[in-house]
Amino acid sequence: MSVLAYVESSNGKIKKNAFEIVSYSYALAKQLGIKMVVLSFNVENNSELNNYGATTIIKVSSPELDNFDAQIRSNVISQVAKSINASHVVVSSSVNSRYMTPLLAVELEAGYLSNVVELPSSLSPFTIKRTSFTNKAFCDATINSDIKIIGLSSNSFGIIENQTNSSEEVFNATFLDRKITLKSTEKVSGKITIADADVVVSGGRGLKGPENWNLIEDLAETLGAATACSKPVSDMGWRPHSEHVGQTGKPVATNLYIAIGISGAIQHLAGVNSSKVKVVINNDPEAPFFKAADYGVVGDAFDVVPRLIEKLKAFKAQNS
Amino acid sequence: MKILVCISHVPDTTSKINFTDENKVFDNQGVQFVINPNDEFGLTRAMWFKEKQNAIIDVINVGASNTEPTLRKTLAIGADKAIRIDSEPIDGFFVAKQIADYVSSNPYDLIIAGRESIDYNGGMVPGLIAGLTKTNFITNCTNIEIENNSATVEREIDGGKEILTCDLPLIIGGQKGLVEESDLRIPNMRGIMQARQKPLEVIACSSSDSKTKSIKFHKPTPREEVKLVSPDNLDQLIDMLHNEAKVL
Repeated sequence: MSVLAYVESSNGKIKKNAFEIVSYSYALAKQLGIKMVVLSFNVENNSELNNYGATTIIKVSSPELDNFDAQIRSNVISQVAKSINASHVVVSSSVNSRYMTPLLAVELEAGYLSNVVELPSSLSPFTIKRTSFTNKAFCDATINSDIKIIGLSSNSFGIIENQTNSSEEVFNATFLDRKITLKSTEKVSGKITIADADVVVSGGRGLKGPENWNLIEDLAETLGAATACSKPVSDMGWRPHSEHVGQTGKPVATNLYIAIGISGAIQHLAGVNSSKVKVVINNDPEAPFFKAADYGVVGDAFDVVPRLIEKLKAFKAQNS
Repeated sequence: MKILVCISHVPDTTSKINFTDENKVFDNQGVQFVINPNDEFGLTRAMWFKEKQNAIIDVINVGASNTEPTLRKTLAIGADKAIRIDSEPIDGFFVAKQIADYVSSNPYDLIIAGRESIDYNGGMVPGLIAGLTKTNFITNCTNIEIENNSATVEREIDGGKEILTCDLPLIIGGQKGLVEESDLRIPNMRGIMQARQKPLEVIACSSSDSKTKSIKFHKPTPREEVKLVSPDNLDQLIDMLHNEAKVL
């Protein structure tokens, strides 16, 4: 019996969300009284994970794992899980994890719960809290299979330091034939993605047109933030779909979410509810978003945002 | 080309979410149920395949008889046949197993499901069907074209998109982008009349396997009142975000 923590990597480096996955898995293993094993793919140096409780790290390295293929990857994870007799597998909520984990669940005949936000409240029956109804509610759910897969919601558990020493093992995996061919990838380079960002700056119809998006982009740049938008903005083609956050768009679970000129339709709020701190800038004091926000500024975005950028720059200069 | 679109019957996106029976059951009092939005994008894309490439479209739902109005709506939009597997959906695995069992004796070239339902948000049904039936699978699909026996699919990834190709049969998890919001169809009178004549098959569920169970719901604790900062005092906002919220 052991907890397998699968951590993601990109270009040979551990991704930031791995620290939360390992922190959570360490606490889960402790609660269960069993060992945690970390699994990483194509990562040379895993030593950063020693800050969060990793003691055994299994490495799999192969060009087969360079381009993400859900079938190949879930199969390799299941090989490792079986070899260490894993009773629990913890994965992130990234787009790729959500893609491959159902396949992994079938391979392991495991019960899988996504959007988990806490450690189990009971071990027998195994009961765990997750979000449902797109963050409008929480649900206590049980898993009744022998192997249990937990998809941890990002920024829900947090990062907890536990200094350890770890040993590494190399696992020789076999690889399925590739059935799906990757033709091309289009990534906006040099920009922080909504999934990776600690701060997201989001714009709505209140900005009046795509030509005013420099306000959002400048504020995002000042904060090292990703940019996002509301549904009408993406429907009108002001911004690409990939920036649409909300119930039918991307979910956001950042530390700080700044909504500018977004009234706060219930579907939008549902999608961003998991963010820790929400700031709203809107000239309509009746905008529903003010009821869901932590901090609010009632004012014209075209007046407030440029001054906020100047003040943030001064703040950064002082505090760096 | 035969296409199966998986339909989840969910509360409308504007619904207030409440629970009854000691918070064990979703309270559907006064709630309008709709086709799950991610499924509706897929259904509409399937209609284009029907109109341009003569595809036959079946829809399938695992649910009790209360989901039939939702299935009739898909027929009114243009699906050819509806199948309802007669059982309350227990969990994602249960639903996927029913559909996997159905398609193993009724094969399709393309199965479209939403990337997730907006009620339970499991995000696993299309992937589980693919795993159970050992079929090619791509989720977060924002575009799909099919020629001969081959699909070209655009998938949204963190920070961008990628283009993938594979052979049919294929299962996709669809979302906005497959079609736009403005492409969605409201059934017209002719469609509604025709839908009454179209087959809606009700079949018994094939097994009772499930692996998880939702046992109790909670609503988020009401949040504190928003702290308003004057637009003339943005230093205070920065100070609060730095010292109080500790996010700067």
